Amino acid sequence: MWLKRRREQLLSILLVLPSLLALFAFVYGFIGWTGYVSFSNWNRLVPDYTFVGWTNYERLFQNPRFLITLRNLGVFTGVFVGGSIVLGFLLAVLLDRRIRAEGFFRTVYLYPLALSFIVTGVVWRWLLNPGSPQMGSAGVNQLLEMLGLGFLKSGWYTDPRVGIISVAVAAVWQMSGYVMAMYLAGLRGIPEELREAARVDGASELGIYRFVVLPLLRPITFGALIVLGHISLKVYDLVVAMTGPGPGFSCDVPAYFMWEITFRANRFGQGAGVAVILLLIVSLLIVPYLRLSLRREVEV
Amino acid sequence: MKLSRALLYLVLGLFAVYYLLPVYVLVVTSLKSFAEVNLYQMWSPPRSFSLESFRRALFGGLGYHGLAPNLKNSFLLVIPATLASAFLGSLNGYVFARWRFRGANTLFTLALFGMFIPYQSVLIPLVQTLRALGLYGTIPGLILTHVIYGIPITTLIFRNYYATVPKELVEAARIDGAGLLGVYRRIMLPLSLPGFAVVLIWQFTSIWNDFLFAVTIAQNPAVQPITVALNNLAGSYIVEWNVQMAGALLAALPTLLVYIFLGRYFMRGLLAGSLKG
Repeated sequence: MWLKRRREQLLSILLVLPSLLALFAFVYGFIGWTGYVSFSNWNRLVPDYTFVGWTNYERLFQNPRFLITLRNLGVFTGVFVGGSIVLGFLLAVLLDRRIRAEGFFRTVYLYPLALSFIVTGVVWRWLLNPGSPQMGSAGVNQLLEMLGLGFLKSGWYTDPRVGIISVAVAAVWQMSGYVMAMYLAGLRGIPEELREAARVDGASELGIYRFVVLPLLRPITFGALIVLGHISLKVYDLVVAMTGPGPGFSCDVPAYFMWEITFRANRFGQGAGVAVILLLIVSLLIVPYLRLSLRREVEV
Repeated sequence: MKLSRALLYLVLGLFAVYYLLPVYVLVVTSLKSFAEVNLYQMWSPPRSFSLESFRRALFGGLGYHGLAPNLKNSFLLVIPATLASAFLGSLNGYVFARWRFRGANTLFTLALFGMFIPYQSVLIPLVQTLRALGLYGTIPGLILTHVIYGIPITTLIFRNYYATVPKELVEAARIDGAGLLGVYRRIMLPLSLPGFAVVLIWQFTSIWNDFLFAVTIAQNPAVQPITVALNNLAGSYIVEWNVQMAGALLAALPTLLVYIFLGRYFMRGLLAGSLKG
């Protein structure tokens, strides 16, 4: 029996070892390798691993374009994450009122998630085309005019002040349904008796949401923030398909800049530097989350 | 009360319109002829019904190639990569669900980190490694990449799934003399069809929709998957808007169909993606 246990343990190690080794090599090994490149002199096509210290990072922080991408990333994350959470929550609350044809509405709100960011980008580039002063408004601007919301018209991605926000508008369209689905699952998990009890105590409908529902949904909000946050920090495809770097790099983000500087300009050392900085930013969000869920599992 | 219900449905309907508008524009624009496509009449329905733009999007036109070979490339990539990662995920998930050894949770968490990293942080070594293996610029190289970086999510979904299989079932099989692999083959595998559905759909969608790995590894037009080819088509000034929209619709169709017909499993994968088992 004891021997059989030992043999089975060995077998299970053998079963997972090859794929785990490959994964760890491709994740941790490659991250280390990228880190090494970021300290090297490899800034042309042919690899050159001569150590140059912090030079690449110094160059990056002197590069206005890189600083713009960091600022854009902050704006994008704020608008995208905030917009998706608010819209998703609103949709979930509306759908949680015993709606007939709930399945239909859910399907419609969620389907953009099945699309590739490239498809979304191609369509939204067309939709957010602002038109021209001579010919009048086009696309979304035209729609806003027809609805009497002309004050919301914008140059979208052609206006350097709005650039990255128009990318966030498309991203909210694509991802808000996901937040709706998460909140809806959470709302369904709240027993009706709790709300009933609050109602008996004289709480208003708004008060019930404020004091009963929202606190109970906190884990969901937290999960949604993590998922949306890491998607947001990595945004790349949507920028490629929709706008490119935009006027004055107003639509540029670090993930896009990294790809351009590495594979178009062949400045591998600096590209690796951008990648390391991006990884650090994402890790600030993900590592505490993973540690928390690890601790929770051990307790269970 | 009646009035507020009507208002509720009105608001829900308006939101539905908001989510459907881009697809409306996709469909009507791709049904228009080039003469009819006009930035300022984007919202008007087509005057005549023409499938010409789909034909051009698939088979090409003056000065550009069609997407048909790229659709084929995408299927050649997605089918083996999805099957292989589901198989690996199921094995790993089984071991992690059944097997309690010291450090297993830490190991698992370290593996999970791999699904959150920005892939930019591995691209340079990835290209170098694939080059050394002779897999750079090939579909097998892309398959390998997707299978490896798919390990965390597929393992997670299967682990959570297998953790719900009752212990009594496993014990009963053990008393019958089944070993580690016997339990897997006779108990877990037959029970895991829903788990496979979730993982297959998840991987199919994310590999089909991937752009970053594809554009980095498969730059050569002969091996480009659909997302890269669509982006090139849409970025080219000589390609008419109706053809671009038809191409986008073609690229979206497979994952949309999966979503519409297998939405239930799609949802479960989604919620698993947020680590909630």
